Amino acid sequence: MKVIYRDKTWELRGGMTVRDAIRKVGLDPEAVLALRNGVLVNEETILNEDDELKLVAVVSGG
Amino acid sequence: MRQHRLALCAEHFVEWVPRQVARTIEKHAMFTPEERVLLAVSGGKDSLALWDILLRLGYQVDGLHINLGIQEEYSAVSQAKVEGFVASRPGARLYVVDLKGQYGATVPELVRQRRGRKPCSVCGLVKRHIMNQKACEGGYAAIVTGHNLDDEVAVLLQNTLHWNVGYLARQAPVLPPSPGLARKVKPLVRLREREVAAYAILRGIDYIYEECPHARGATTLHYKEILNQLEVRSRGTKEMFYLGFLRARSELGLLRELEPAELHACSRCGQPTTAPGLCAFCRLWTDERVSEGGEFDGEF
Repeated sequence: MKVIYRDKTWELRGGMTVRDAIRKVGLDPEAVLALRNGVLVNEETILNEDDELKLVAVVSGG
Repeated sequence: MRQHRLALCAEHFVEWVPRQVARTIEKHAMFTPEERVLLAVSGGKDSLALWDILLRLGYQVDGLHINLGIQEEYSAVSQAKVEGFVASRPGARLYVVDLKGQYGATVPELVRQRRGRKPCSVCGLVKRHIMNQKACEGGYAAIVTGHNLDDEVAVLLQNTLHWNVGYLARQAPVLPPSPGLARKVKPLVRLREREVAAYAILRGIDYIYEECPHARGATTLHYKEILNQLEVRSRGTKEMFYLGFLRARSELGLLRELEPAELHACSRCGQPTTAPGLCAFCRLWTDERVSEGGEFDGEF
């Protein structure tokens, strides 16, 4: 499974939840939203081997 | 949405969000459907989502975008996102102010000229001044901004840790108008940042994902990170902190005895300022050195 965040990409094994995948790549689940194959999904969603998970930062500020 | 003990599908979520916003507008008497309001639109998720929500709720809302000339194409992309939004919503009216074209310098250029002043400070000053000017000139009932719950809680934490009592006294969902200052309202204060982002994505709103290059490493982001960690340990911490603060002020009289600053009219533009003479915005464009004070910022 491919995980994309900004200009970074990771390859992870399928079968884990979105929350676990976010933590695995070192991000805070509170600070991103996850789109699996272009569709917004919640943190409990189980990911498949051939999924593409795009993470979108939700935190903004200055 | 664990803090609400609520789980919604996409279809119901995009209906739930406008209802929350409508309740906030009514509860705080922010504005009515009969009044015209001016929304500050940056091209980010919050302001574009809020514009979409207010249009869906039937409010008379126009947009104001200020092109600040920020590098790495940030301002150009932001403006393109706002224009793209308007193009897909017939009837939505947008005003664009080009800082370089209309005033003579971009924010980065002003920062270079005014060594010692931080970009976010110059940017905030410029935006507050222009928004207020356009709202007053256009006869709008209020300036609407897309500050969400996370923004408000982060600022509250920052101001509490520094005991910025004056800023705390002015942090509210509604800042009432005063001579020369338009009413300011924040209809998204009960929604979390991730709820607003989710709404924008589900509604197909094309917003700028990238963070402003000047905001990288900003203190606000650090406070948001800390608050997210607290939230993981104890759900509802953000609401408890923010709503508790609002209650303490309205019901227990916290900060009530603080006198509002005495305001003077700027000798050039006429907008209110705390010190006699030129306001901080007008001093940006003169040779006079700009201090951090002197501008009535209304918030933060």
